[in-house]
Amino acid sequence: MYGHDFPVPDDGPAGGLLDQVEAAEAALRAAAGRGRPGPEDGSTADTDPQDYFAALIDADQKIEPRDWMPEAYRKTLIRQIAQHAHSEIIGMQPEGNWISRAPSLKRKAILLAKVQDEAGHGLYLYAAAETLGVTRDELVEMLLSGRQKYSSIFNYPTLTWADVGAIGWLVDGAAIVNQVPLCRCSYGPYARAMIRVCKEESFHQRQGYEILYVLASGTPEQRTMAQDAVDRWWYPSLAMFGPPDGDSTHSQQSMAWKIKRFSNDELRQRFVDMCVQQAEVLGLRLPDPDLRWNESRQAYDYTQPDYAELMRVIAGDGPCNRQRITHRRRADADGAWVREAAAAYAAKRTAERTSDRATVLA
Amino acid sequence: MTVPRQGRAGWPLWEVFVRARRGLSHTHVGSLHAPDAELALRNARDLYTRRQEGVSIWVVPAQAITASSPDEKDAFFEPAADKVYRHPTFYPVPDGAAHL
Amino acid sequence: MEYLLGLGDDALVAAQRLGEWVTVAPELEEDVALANIALDQLGAARLLLGYAGELEGAGRDEDALAYLRSDREYRNCLLVELPNGDFATTMAKLLLLSAYQLPLYAALSVGADERLAAIAGKARKEVAYHLDHASLWTVRLGDGTEESHRRMQAAVDELWPYTVELFAADPAAPVDPAGLRSAFLANVEPVLETATLDRPADGWGPDGGRAGLHTEHLSYLLAEMQVLHRAHPGARW
Repeated sequence: MYGHDFPVPDDGPAGGLLDQVEAAEAALRAAAGRGRPGPEDGSTADTDPQDYFAALIDADQKIEPRDWMPEAYRKTLIRQIAQHAHSEIIGMQPEGNWISRAPSLKRKAILLAKVQDEAGHGLYLYAAAETLGVTRDELVEMLLSGRQKYSSIFNYPTLTWADVGAIGWLVDGAAIVNQVPLCRCSYGPYARAMIRVCKEESFHQRQGYEILYVLASGTPEQRTMAQDAVDRWWYPSLAMFGPPDGDSTHSQQSMAWKIKRFSNDELRQRFVDMCVQQAEVLGLRLPDPDLRWNESRQAYDYTQPDYAELMRVIAGDGPCNRQRITHRRRADADGAWVREAAAAYAAKRTAERTSDRATVLA
Repeated sequence: MTVPRQGRAGWPLWEVFVRARRGLSHTHVGSLHAPDAELALRNARDLYTRRQEGVSIWVVPAQAITASSPDEKDAFFEPAADKVYRHPTFYPVPDGAAHL
Repeated sequence: MEYLLGLGDDALVAAQRLGEWVTVAPELEEDVALANIALDQLGAARLLLGYAGELEGAGRDEDALAYLRSDREYRNCLLVELPNGDFATTMAKLLLLSAYQLPLYAALSVGADERLAAIAGKARKEVAYHLDHASLWTVRLGDGTEESHRRMQAAVDELWPYTVELFAADPAAPVDPAGLRSAFLANVEPVLETATLDRPADGWGPDGGRAGLHTEHLSYLLAEMQVLHRAHPGARW
């Protein structure tokens, strides 16, 4: 409802990906239709839970909250879903930075709606994580104390309005490429959350792309602003897919459990291949002199991001790490008295109802 | 250093059910935290119907829901009868969809 | 035109202030709620300013009116431009604003100007929700803890004088604000009572907003809101 009141110059960058989300949703329903694996009469009493879990995964069935699951599977999911939720919440800050200064009222409305969506996505994801037996308060505490991470991309500053466009196009674009396969994740609540998130995110990417499109075809100053933003956000966006496959610690087990469906490098390549044509439509340059089509691979060759920088930012030494977490801690601390008041009010009402009932009984 | 989060001790979990359109039954769409039912209802409206996904909302304290095991096979669960059923279905499945 | 600017500027400045809450609300659910209310106010502001520009007939659209007027040309009431303060102050502002906007939009929605009536009809439904949200929180903070009660009472006391301006008589207006005060009080007083808060005594009230004489705060708010737009004259966004 906020995303369709502007023209999209081509088919729209997220068009094909949305089809994949629809396909994932259809697959989820189909799997539900097939029912669970095992004997026809459903007698599985003598089946070992581990075998049953493995059979569900093999049959592309969803694992649901009360199913038995290996402890490592549960922990991996909690870590990944929580990190994803934290990223949505911290990710509100760099864009929220421009709500007050958005250059038109329409842009202000779209940006407000987008940042609000991110809060909503964080909440869907926290709810999905809670089905695994962890509370949201515990997850928030781990974010605030630095024991759980969020996506390192949000530790870069938004210096100009064009950065809002670049985040939408590149950062949300990379996020969608990452997230679309998660719509087929083996854990049901996470897969369902991702289907909802991906559908809503398609407008995010379009609005960012459209911001850059207007800037790139605007005044010379606007065009410079747009190119500068793409120059700064390109490599950090490539780094969002994580370390190269050889260095990725969690990948193999996650692939076996069907939490993860493609490797970091596969997804990064997919993203690069998408962006090249989109950049051409914008008339903006991707800041990689070695970017060129490789006929034999049927893919673009490109320069890898600086993984040493990625590791530094993950370790806490990016431009905005301290600022982002301080902001979140302050908001949380400033809100404590409000949360306490609401809890106290609810407790009083419950006590009143209890004493009313006691009076009636007496 | 972890400092326990302040102030949320009394904010229970609520399960949210939305009627997408007239003629359909309420469908579970997810959960949220709120201090009481009135705020839970408002928060549910803001969170789960931002894109006009519903015409009617129910909120239910998660603790008030008693769940059976999904497959009625206790061997497969650590059933903890006191554990609430938290099973967010994040989109409404229209009534009439097969085998759901 | 001046009257429409007053309505539109109230909504726009309120939206700008509410937008400042995004990422710093007391709980994530409240980030979402405050953003919703900000979007409602912003949506009403765009319709009202767009209509005001058309009536003026000088080619100014919603953005020209929002971004290229100085604080002396803004016609909003002082209440909406005051800094957000703590969450109690923001909820008290929202309570007082929505308790005033609700009967105002209700009256405008059945007024003679059809275009304005349509805008008001839409805004009225939204504002009813804002009033509901502010009322729920006023009650919870007023009747919550000692600290929240103290903060909520202080907020209501601080802001009450700014409601005087809202009801200054203007017989030429489509709806005379003076006639709205009883409906406003009927919206606010029961909430304060349920919240165990004292209704402040009536007395002094600062004014001047409708004539472009604002507090010192508005100029800063506009400086921030307009900085990018003004730095690129004539650019499209």
